[in-house]
Amino acid sequence: MHYIPHTKEDVEKMLASIGVKTEDEVFAGIPSSLRRKSPLNLHEPMSEWKIIDRLKSISSEMTPSSEKTVFMGAGSYLHNIPSVVPYLVSRSEFTTAYTPYQPEVSQGTLQAIYEYQTFTANLLGMDIANASMYDGATALAEALLMSLRIKKKTSKVAVSKAVNPYYLKVVEAYFEPTEFELVYIPFDENGKTDISKIENTDDIAAFAVQSPNFFGIIEENENISKACEDKGCLFVSCFSEPFAFGLYKPAGLYGADIVCGEGQSMGIPQSFGGPGLGMFCAKEKYMRQMPGRLCGQTLDKDGKRGFVLTISTREQHIRREKATSNICSNQGLCALTSAVFMSCLGKTGLKQIAEINFNNASWLKKKLVELGFEERFKGSSIFNEFVLKAPDGFEKVWKKLSEKKIVCGLPLDKFYEGFENNYLFCVTEAFSKENMENLLENIKKEVSND
Amino acid sequence: MINDKLTGLVLDEPLLWEKGSRGRIGISIPEAEVEKAKPDKDLVWEGPDFPELSEVDVVRHFTRLSTWNFGVDTGMYPLGSCTMKYNPKLNEKTASMEGFISSHPLLPDNLCQGTLKLMYELQELLCEITGLDAFTLQPAAGAQGELCGMLVFNAFHKKNGKRRKKIIIPDTAHGTNPASCALCGFEPVGLNSGADGILHPDAVREIMDEDTAGIMITNPNTLGLFEENIKEIAEIVHEKGGLVYCDGANMNAIMGAVSMREIGVDVIHLNLHKTFSTPHGGGGPGAGPVGVIKELEEFLPVPRVEKNGDKFILNSDFPLSIGKLHAFHGNYGVLIKAYTYILSMGKDLFDVSTKAVLNANYIKENLKDVFHLPYDRPCMHECVFTDENFEEYKVSTLDIAKRLLDFGFHPPTIYFPLVVHGAIMIEPTESESKEEIDRFIEVMKQIAREAKENPDILHNAPANAKVKRLDETLAARKPKLKG
Repeated sequence: MHYIPHTKEDVEKMLASIGVKTEDEVFAGIPSSLRRKSPLNLHEPMSEWKIIDRLKSISSEMTPSSEKTVFMGAGSYLHNIPSVVPYLVSRSEFTTAYTPYQPEVSQGTLQAIYEYQTFTANLLGMDIANASMYDGATALAEALLMSLRIKKKTSKVAVSKAVNPYYLKVVEAYFEPTEFELVYIPFDENGKTDISKIENTDDIAAFAVQSPNFFGIIEENENISKACEDKGCLFVSCFSEPFAFGLYKPAGLYGADIVCGEGQSMGIPQSFGGPGLGMFCAKEKYMRQMPGRLCGQTLDKDGKRGFVLTISTREQHIRREKATSNICSNQGLCALTSAVFMSCLGKTGLKQIAEINFNNASWLKKKLVELGFEERFKGSSIFNEFVLKAPDGFEKVWKKLSEKKIVCGLPLDKFYEGFENNYLFCVTEAFSKENMENLLENIKKEVSND
Repeated sequence: MINDKLTGLVLDEPLLWEKGSRGRIGISIPEAEVEKAKPDKDLVWEGPDFPELSEVDVVRHFTRLSTWNFGVDTGMYPLGSCTMKYNPKLNEKTASMEGFISSHPLLPDNLCQGTLKLMYELQELLCEITGLDAFTLQPAAGAQGELCGMLVFNAFHKKNGKRRKKIIIPDTAHGTNPASCALCGFEPVGLNSGADGILHPDAVREIMDEDTAGIMITNPNTLGLFEENIKEIAEIVHEKGGLVYCDGANMNAIMGAVSMREIGVDVIHLNLHKTFSTPHGGGGPGAGPVGVIKELEEFLPVPRVEKNGDKFILNSDFPLSIGKLHAFHGNYGVLIKAYTYILSMGKDLFDVSTKAVLNANYIKENLKDVFHLPYDRPCMHECVFTDENFEEYKVSTLDIAKRLLDFGFHPPTIYFPLVVHGAIMIEPTESESKEEIDRFIEVMKQIAREAKENPDILHNAPANAKVKRLDETLAARKPKLKG
């Protein structure tokens, strides 16, 4: 196989050098009774050309978002990615490096991560960001565990039910073996977290809310912040759509203590949900309680600026069971990707594209309402997602459309009671007016056929 | 003498916000085709203060940065326990096929048969390679695989009526092991390895009890040695109702040589970014699939992919499942690369392990006269030396590592495992040819000579990198984490 460079002659010389006769004897460290009873029952090595054919065939069984017929977000978003982003990120000096343990030969990765941390903190209105977590869901789980470390005397956290339900599942898995309790705070008829419900909840380390929330609605950050202050708990804000902060004020500006979420929208392809990017920010005073790697600026022997991984005494390789988290590998290359993407955007690009998202979503919502859909949550501010109640009997239409490879929003009935025939729609700047009109035409056609 | 003056062109490049100019933009804005909507003015802001750069600015910036990095594509990267093998470019090509890269994770099953099929097949392949019965692909990295395994331990004991409090962890374990176990509420109980560098059944027998959920073993261990007594240790743990977890970070040494199932392992995680050739990306993303024996399958994360006739479906109906560890299906893009690699290698994965072990033993035999070898026995895929021979010249492992940089080699893993003072842990992988390894051995010998004759060359290394040795104490004492 051509990934292995050894010639027969090399092998013979090397075996002689280590003093054994056959290749199998290199496994002398394994007692023969523990050797595998039968060889690997795998195929013959496949050629590059056959593999390409096979993977092409498998990937052709997909409905790519790039067809612009999937009107669904819910934590994974189709945004335009400029050609320079994958081009630069695929430079193998970036891709084939390990974690920057030897900073003198990792300054490329380290400076880029430092720039990523700066972009992320600025985007979310926070003091500092770490070098990334696995995804938005695990970032939230770790943020809640971090709050419990900061508020040592408490044993509960309050979490809004309007947080992405997949994130909540992950938080539940992380909390299950701990002694800590999760208290859910319901949402009200406007689709916003019912902040008044927090009043009766005591002994909480944090109150976690997502904005824009799972329904695409901007939460009342100012009131949440006040409620947290009254309760003496940390304000944890999460998100799945960071593009929203090109338009709307991020939670950091309302005094949030930890802001975390999914950064996939910042230049990372959807790729069936991963790899994405767990963005994680905190107030500076909580730096030493943060999970994950941190990249910091320093000087070399000659006084020249350089970057290193720092404050590592929080981490597993030093603190072992007392570490702030078990995370080791993170989403480094995705963080770099988002830094390249945010460099392309700049202040102007971010704002203009965010506005197009909002304009498109507002337009599509209006048109769907004209077709007989109803707004589930009236009067609340949205970004690029919204919930509509479909006309009666729409389930059948949804299914028929899906057979035509059109995804007409995410059905919400499996997440909440009383959401039968409710759909979460998403549209971004990547969709043209024609794409949206096609959706409307197709719905009209199917509804009239039904 | 091998030349150490290997410098290329190193260009300076400021931070992004030290360049650029107001009014520049590096992205094409789509046409505005619908009317403007009015957002609530109390909620909006002017946006973050991002630098404004042209497309050319961005391209030059990141291209220059990349030239300051060392990757596997630059040269040999013998970082022990990290398996820095060659990352095939074919993997990148398949993972970026449109159907994969542009797929929404919540597509209805009928629109994502391709991704589900690939997951199903990859799970089957990993079962065959490890000998275990079922796999989940959801964990996003090795450490999350460990957490997944610990949650499975916890769920298993809970189902059997009694949660257990402790986990046995050898002193040679990766730091992630005790951290993962603590995250899961377990208390790690230390287990010392013997004078021969491996674990002994009697030591396990002494501490294994009915309040201990099981043991976490890295095999081959972090000294590059095969845990010869693993089967007997597994029996002791099983007798007391415990489970055996294997940290499979070092699977590259034993593919086709050992079946994890046959040696008594109940749960294992694999690092696809190590053994299965996916790039490490300067820190990630990785993927840490977890394999289990049949009896533990019901605890794996949901959704699980299943085959129903000729259709693939996602099934979340497992009431005893530990739940979800990732919002969607894990680092899917990484899975495609590993799948591609396994297709490329097939049964030659055994040859991969053979050559990885051959390379490590060759280095061990050729350097042991010059560097102190604390455990002189046949090694697996990596060997561990120390700086003991150079103490009198005040030359440390760190100096040796930094000096290697001047010769165009990435240093090995240093100061790990902790049980070896001043450890130098070398893992060449199967990707390196005899010529390259010979050159590495030659350079190591030259550095050993320099250590005795002119130690200052080592103390001042690296001489040829973008920066000189960096002040890590300053970075930690006065943290500056944002520009």
